[in-house]
Amino acid sequence: MIKKRTIVINSKDNVATALDDLKAGEVIQEEVDSLKKNIKLNQDVPFGHKFSLKEIPSGSPVIKYGEIIGAASKLIKVGDYVHIHNVKSNRGRGDIKGGSQ
Amino acid sequence: MSFLGFPREDGSVGVRNHIGIISVVVCANDVTLKIAQQVEGAVAFLHDQGCTQTLVDLDQVTRTLVNLGKNPNLAGVLLVSLGCESVLIDEIREKIAESEKPVKKVGIQKTGGMLPAIMEGSRIAQEMVIKASTIRRETFDDSYLSIGVKCGASDTTSGLISNPAAGAAFDLIYDHGGTCIFGETTEFLGAEHILMRRAATPEVKKRIEEIVTRMEKRAKMMGVDIRGGQPTTGNIKGGLTTIEEKSLGAIVKAGTRPIHDVYEYGNKITKKGLFIMDSPGREPEFLTGVAAAGVQIIIFSTGIGAPQGFPFVPVLKITGNPKTERYLSDHIDKFIKLPEKGENTIARAGEEIYEEVKAIASGKKTKAEVLGYGQFSNIFTIGPVI
Repeated sequence: MIKKRTIVINSKDNVATALDDLKAGEVIQEEVDSLKKNIKLNQDVPFGHKFSLKEIPSGSPVIKYGEIIGAASKLIKVGDYVHIHNVKSNRGRGDIKGGSQ
Repeated sequence: MSFLGFPREDGSVGVRNHIGIISVVVCANDVTLKIAQQVEGAVAFLHDQGCTQTLVDLDQVTRTLVNLGKNPNLAGVLLVSLGCESVLIDEIREKIAESEKPVKKVGIQKTGGMLPAIMEGSRIAQEMVIKASTIRRETFDDSYLSIGVKCGASDTTSGLISNPAAGAAFDLIYDHGGTCIFGETTEFLGAEHILMRRAATPEVKKRIEEIVTRMEKRAKMMGVDIRGGQPTTGNIKGGLTTIEEKSLGAIVKAGTRPIHDVYEYGNKITKKGLFIMDSPGREPEFLTGVAAAGVQIIIFSTGIGAPQGFPFVPVLKITGNPKTERYLSDHIDKFIKLPEKGENTIARAGEEIYEEVKAIASGKKTKAEVLGYGQFSNIFTIGPVI
């Protein structure tokens, strides 16, 4: 049996989680909107970290567990490594005037 | 379905039979520790509080110390004070004594300093240990179990594997009529809507919203982004990007059953069902809070590997991260494999954790207990030291 290398938790998710240390240039097959798609990774994605299944415009929600985990802080392309460099939190933002939602 | 526990006078059931040497104030910690080291069968509870704090915090510290003393895993309690602290040792002693267990005190200033206080305290503790050693384990129904759950040093595997497995075990404890307690309010941020849907009544739903808003307000008061503090640097390294992501993975450790009530930190919970204790996510304060609630065992799900236990409540460490299982095997009691397609590994892991909880309840030791990892605790306070 081939070891699963990625996981998508909920069909609404626009990110997948790496179950292995993945390298830039690797092609991952995942189901996106009920269609099997080949996703080429643009950067290395370490074990437990995320990459994008869809293009996520800046300010749009990043979805995992079928729920919003934050917003893109810049344009996220398909296959991009997704982490604190391109996702901001909507909560506990004492640094923003008026705070969070 | 039963386990072997120690019967207590107040009707509760202990899974350990320790004598608790409890510091009532930070200044007594050194003496407390020495007494516990001297007397086999005694355990120390140390913390940083008990003096020069606002009355709100002193009440919280007093309440927590009282309920820690009442924890069923303690057969007797020796309170250690300096003598001039803000908390009132006699009030704490009288309230613990309501549980009808032996409670004594020793004061450092009154006894004549560190050395006589250690001697007097050790003699009291020695006598208590001998008396407690005659108490025998008896058979109790699973509904006597009161269990806490925590996740710490989380990474992505926590939300995918070990937290859902802990949640499956929590559902079994609930279904057998036991008490289940969770908290870490900061880690509800971004997932509170899911918990609110599970509230047993509209009042509980409102309370969940209240404690989350209050905790978020406290964090925001500092004028900085919560990220880096929550999720922690370690969480971020483990792949968790935002507090919302951490929370969504964290709340599954509490299973799927209705939430019956929300308690303030340090309160005793004697009812059966699933409850929230308002508490922070940091280990020393959280573990103390649920120990005060009266839990006998804490299920602790970890990703990167948090090794600590608690002085008198066994902590069962589980992980779903194969690297942590390999590198930190001295600290991990149970490894849970990532489910393959079509496998119901999580449900099976839940049953295995439930059985492990009962084995620990009947006397099996956890790795943290054997190594004595977890001697340094704290009590959650809100205001400044003044």
